[in-house]
Amino acid sequence: MAATGISSGRRRRLLRPDEIFRVVLGVAGAGVLAILATMLISTTVQAWPVLSREGWGFVTGSVWDPGTSRSEITGEYGALAFVVGTLVTSGIALAVAVPLAVAVALYITQAAPRRVAAGLTYTIELLAAVPSVVFGLWGLLFFVPTVLRPLMDVVANTLGTFVPFLGGPVVTYNYFAAGIVLSFMVMPIVMAVSREVMAGTPVTEIGAAYALGATRWEVMRHVVLPRARPGIIGATMLGLGRALGETIAVAMLIGGSQQIPSSVFRGGQSMAGIIAVTFQEAAPENVKALIGVGVLLFVITVVVNMAARLIVWATGGYVAKEQSL
Amino acid sequence: MTIMTSRSLHDADPAALRRRRRDRIVTVVLVGAVALAVMPLVMILFEVVRRGVGAMSWEFLTSVQPFSQRRPGGGYLHGLVGTLYMVAIASLLSVPLGIGAATFVVEYGQSRLSPLIRFFTDVMTGVPSIFVGLFIYSVVVQGRIGFSTLAGALALSLLMLPIVARSAEEVLRLVPDDLRNAAYGLGAHRWQVVTRVVWPAASNGLVTGAMLAVARAAGETAPLLLTALGAFEIVTRLVGEAQTALPLLIYSEARGPYEAAHARAWAGALELMLLVLILTIAARALSRRTTRNGNG
Repeated sequence: MAATGISSGRRRRLLRPDEIFRVVLGVAGAGVLAILATMLISTTVQAWPVLSREGWGFVTGSVWDPGTSRSEITGEYGALAFVVGTLVTSGIALAVAVPLAVAVALYITQAAPRRVAAGLTYTIELLAAVPSVVFGLWGLLFFVPTVLRPLMDVVANTLGTFVPFLGGPVVTYNYFAAGIVLSFMVMPIVMAVSREVMAGTPVTEIGAAYALGATRWEVMRHVVLPRARPGIIGATMLGLGRALGETIAVAMLIGGSQQIPSSVFRGGQSMAGIIAVTFQEAAPENVKALIGVGVLLFVITVVVNMAARLIVWATGGYVAKEQSL
Repeated sequence: MTIMTSRSLHDADPAALRRRRRDRIVTVVLVGAVALAVMPLVMILFEVVRRGVGAMSWEFLTSVQPFSQRRPGGGYLHGLVGTLYMVAIASLLSVPLGIGAATFVVEYGQSRLSPLIRFFTDVMTGVPSIFVGLFIYSVVVQGRIGFSTLAGALALSLLMLPIVARSAEEVLRLVPDDLRNAAYGLGAHRWQVVTRVVWPAASNGLVTGAMLAVARAAGETAPLLLTALGAFEIVTRLVGEAQTALPLLIYSEARGPYEAAHARAWAGALELMLLVLILTIAARALSRRTTRNGNG
């Protein structure tokens, strides 16, 4: 977009609208920056009384006992249980979603007939468009009690007897249930980005490997996957960003207990969940604490997202447009 | 590559057979993974349609919920009105700002501000929606405006903004420089080039991005809990009164123990899914048409 050759004679007068236009667009652009900065500052200021009183205890303390004062801070606010809930459910979601997403991306780019590949991509993109409250409703009233519950009982009664964190008795709504439903929500993002990265493998290299007699799996294993690895890592972190911030579906399925459970089959609460569930009944000091939880969540997700962008950018200039699904 | 040997796969020696068998197994595993990945969508669609259609009725579409969740009948008209109302205002705010920011990044790419804006729009895409709700609560709701349509719309607009900006940037970049240069060659100014050549050329893509953002906003629940709060009647006021939305109603009725409430929640989910999926599918069809026409 170079070359703005403007005839010199009437320059002064005619440049005006251009200048105005530029300033207007510049303000729109700077507005995005300003909004992001304002977000962080205003919420941190709001939460400051609680954050400064609790110090590191806000993150490391596990007692969450909100007070009811309008002006002072009388309760105890340790958000560790919610941090654990968020991290564990996100971990479960990624552990399920990433291998699945990579496998689907491999199939779509390397093995599927063109028509099947297009159909699959489209279907999985639709999965990304399902609102999270619908995932929550479906999980709450159908999937978790009907499909997942028997499975969880079996695992708890067999593996759970000797593997830590898998023990029973099973509570229907728990870390595991929230994590599994969350994995359905994260999978499309990881799949879309992985597929894009894999589709960028040079055809010449794939052809060369086949010409040497490699099987399809050997091409995937030794040509496609090594090149795609950084992209897959970036995709995973984008998925992690989404998982950490997911609110409603997790809040509906995680069980709502405010303690750190001894097993993934017990109830707990996530950072976003505690905000969504208790906010409407919270006293002013409790609201400050919940905003503090929000700031903590924001900082974690922004760090994860920045890292993801930098990794994806640094490895081939790919632009993660799938975020806009 | 160590695995390559000079033999062809078709030689019937044990190593080749082993490799071929492994290839088959992997293909089966991949197809299995695909089936597993598609299953949740099939299950959700099936369940929402089955239970939603069962509870859907003309009454559901045209009336508001009964005063007690226990009572059957009624519907989510107030939720639909609230959703459309807030999403419309949010679009009015975020679409011009988003397209403006994207135009600045693309057309004034040499500005030092541009890469910064781009990076932070990306980062903003990842901001948890509940945090956006907290932000609007602390700035707008706690200010003098209170829980309201406007507060909900502001939260939704912040969620739509990065989506609009990001997709607008993509399509503006697709507009060929030849078009711009031709316009400059005719003596057009930059603002004329942008408004009369670049934007019209990218219009399909810009609309697609906006529609995807609308679809996303219509399905949001978490930020509305903290900004719109919820209501039991149709609310037409912009400020001074709490507003409700389809996702809020689904959330509150699904959590209760009542069968009648659950039935309404399923019908509401069907209504919301139709709204969102139709928007998404239409947006994709529009963008596909653009790309097929070649010059983007």
